[in-house]
Amino acid sequence: MNFDLTEERQMLQDSLRRFLRDRYDTATRNKILESDSGMSADIWAGLAELGVIGALFTEEQGGFGGKGFDIAVVFEELGRAGVVEPFLDTAVLAGGLIADLGNADQQAHVEEIIAGSLQLAFAHGEPASRYDLTRVSSSAVEKGGDIVLNGRKAVVVNAEAADMLVVSARESGGQGDADGISLFLVPKDTKGLTIQGYALLAGGRAAEVTLDDVTVPASARLGAAGKASDAIEARIAAANVAQTAETLGAMETAVRLTKDYLGTRKQFGRPIGTFQALAHRFSDLLIEMEQARSAVILIAGNLEADRGTRERNVSATKNLIGRVGRLVGEESIQLHGGIAMTQEYELAHIAKRIVMADHRFGDVDHHLERFIALAAA
Amino acid sequence: MDLSYSDQEKAFRDEVRAFLEEKVTPDLRDKVRGKAELTKADMVGWHATLNERGWLAPNWPKKFGGAEWNAVQKHIFEEESALASSPRIVPFGLGMLAPVLQKFGSQEQNDYWLPRILSGADWWCQGYSEPGAGSDLASLKTTAIKNDAGTHYVVNGQKTWTTLGQHANMIFCLVRTDKDVKQQEGISFLLIDMDTPGIEVRPIILLDGTHEVNEVWFTDVEVPVENLVGEENKGWTYAKYLLTHERTNIAGVGFSQAGLASVKRLARAEMSNGKPLIENPHFAARVAQVEIDLMAMATTNMRIVSKAAAGQAPGVESSMLKVKGTIIRQEINDLARRAAGVYAMPFASEAVEGANEALPDPLDAGPVAAKYFNNRKLSIFGGSNEIQRGIIAKVTMGS
Repeated sequence: MNFDLTEERQMLQDSLRRFLRDRYDTATRNKILESDSGMSADIWAGLAELGVIGALFTEEQGGFGGKGFDIAVVFEELGRAGVVEPFLDTAVLAGGLIADLGNADQQAHVEEIIAGSLQLAFAHGEPASRYDLTRVSSSAVEKGGDIVLNGRKAVVVNAEAADMLVVSARESGGQGDADGISLFLVPKDTKGLTIQGYALLAGGRAAEVTLDDVTVPASARLGAAGKASDAIEARIAAANVAQTAETLGAMETAVRLTKDYLGTRKQFGRPIGTFQALAHRFSDLLIEMEQARSAVILIAGNLEADRGTRERNVSATKNLIGRVGRLVGEESIQLHGGIAMTQEYELAHIAKRIVMADHRFGDVDHHLERFIALAAA
Repeated sequence: MDLSYSDQEKAFRDEVRAFLEEKVTPDLRDKVRGKAELTKADMVGWHATLNERGWLAPNWPKKFGGAEWNAVQKHIFEEESALASSPRIVPFGLGMLAPVLQKFGSQEQNDYWLPRILSGADWWCQGYSEPGAGSDLASLKTTAIKNDAGTHYVVNGQKTWTTLGQHANMIFCLVRTDKDVKQQEGISFLLIDMDTPGIEVRPIILLDGTHEVNEVWFTDVEVPVENLVGEENKGWTYAKYLLTHERTNIAGVGFSQAGLASVKRLARAEMSNGKPLIENPHFAARVAQVEIDLMAMATTNMRIVSKAAAGQAPGVESSMLKVKGTIIRQEINDLARRAAGVYAMPFASEAVEGANEALPDPLDAGPVAAKYFNNRKLSIFGGSNEIQRGIIAKVTMGS
């Protein structure tokens, strides 16, 4: 066993951390959050140039990484700096699906993604699907060689900025069946596609996407008809590597800020960190952080494993990170006191990123139940 | 011991229920349920509605124009208000300043200020915390020095976390009038007109994007000596008295009851694996667990409030209620956030809604996650839960 990063990953981590330390402070981010697009084109281009997006794809796909630990290294740094730009949506989710399933024409987009010139979104979840990946009721019907899509997609992150959407729809089977789900590559300006956007509490933007007789050629299908479910599950696993690593990075920032504050804020004539009631609670955070780091190693290290092993680790890690995230988010605010409640203080954004991560790709309860179900299967 | 209401109490409950049914408009109810922030006009209007009925000041003695309700009546009103999703009384003038004036203020002060609180002529805010004096309130540094003529205090310093100070025309402040004595013995209680030259109010935007607290800066602000409450350098005693009053409703039973009802509404609408989330055993267990805690806490609250009504000032018990009450409220906020699932992610603040179309939220959940973050304040303000635990231990162990 070896828990050290490879030299390449270590270099990527160092340069990424340096870039973000220099260019992504609280004031910069707050400006980005207040902007209409909710993201910075400069940051996107800068990070693409640094190789951040290329690190999320394998060599065969045109990148130079794409393994669980590559994804984890990148997203831990993005999380540490509280980056709100949608790398997860464009590259890991939608871009990853194109790379995994696309034919040669479709895969040509990967180069644009890596270069930073293409924005994408994955339109999958629906108003009644909550965290269930197979509950797809949007329909795809063949009509004269074309495909007609109908339905509604919920909280589609990055839909407004996306040039194209990867849309899931059912070609056969009933709601909740894994079989029968297909993916389609839909340009955003396609007739019948309505995007109603809004800001997200923890930064970035999302939209409700309505498909009203959206017609695309059959060549827009990614992979085989009705057979996308396994690929979706595998991509969500990669997204969970990204998201749990991002949360780990954000939690490290929260704990660092808390440590600094406990050491400098004085009440009753002494640093508040010298009060045992607070010191012990801070120690508990450090203990849980080690658990969190190990959980992220488990999910990243098993991303390339067989489906059963991979998914068991996905649910284990999501559950643990969700629990530790709530603890770290709440306790770091509480240990600070009022200052952490203010928007201009770094922790406010970081705590929101940490806690709200539990609302994507399945929360603590969802993954606990799934972990049990996977063990029984 | 008898847990049931008497016929008289039942009649009172029916009276309250009918009143709220008539007066709480759908617009107000929706706002209270979290769809949007109550405006100043909403709050002032609700006070006027209650004042007209004689119910604006449940705690005040009748001689000052209060309702002088007993503990059970207050509990009934609180419970019915929660059920009806009615707005709550803004406490600064009515619940915090008034008891201090009634106990320690002069006849002139009571005659002048109390009717203005009832009529809504004044909106009060609280000037206690400072950037360097949070949990350690007695270390406050804002100074008030009497001028040579002895007609005015000149106030300099900064207050913070001033809730709804942007609406206020008056502020009651703790100020330092003597630096050379023990911290607690050099503090005075001053009433200050916010229009006095030298006062500046700066907004603090909270992590959920809301503007409910402020910084208030004082530069050579002249305050007539008549605005001193009680004796100079006795302000700490009055502040402690006020904090006891602040905490009689600190358990927030009504808020929790209303919040739990919202969680259940939400969990009936949200689907999980093709069934309402409320039928998911895991989620149902979380809801039940909080409900059980809330049932007991409501009873604890009643016991303590009854004791207070019988003339025994609540001591360590109010600290207990603060800790348990806020834990339960925050747990309910957490459940609401969980229940909304993916739809907890949108930033549904009023500012955003004002700029865009209404949020396309099929659950009608409202800004549950924003509320969750906003209510992290509950365990921080009014004496943090750590300070309360310190008080409980200190009083109980006599150390």
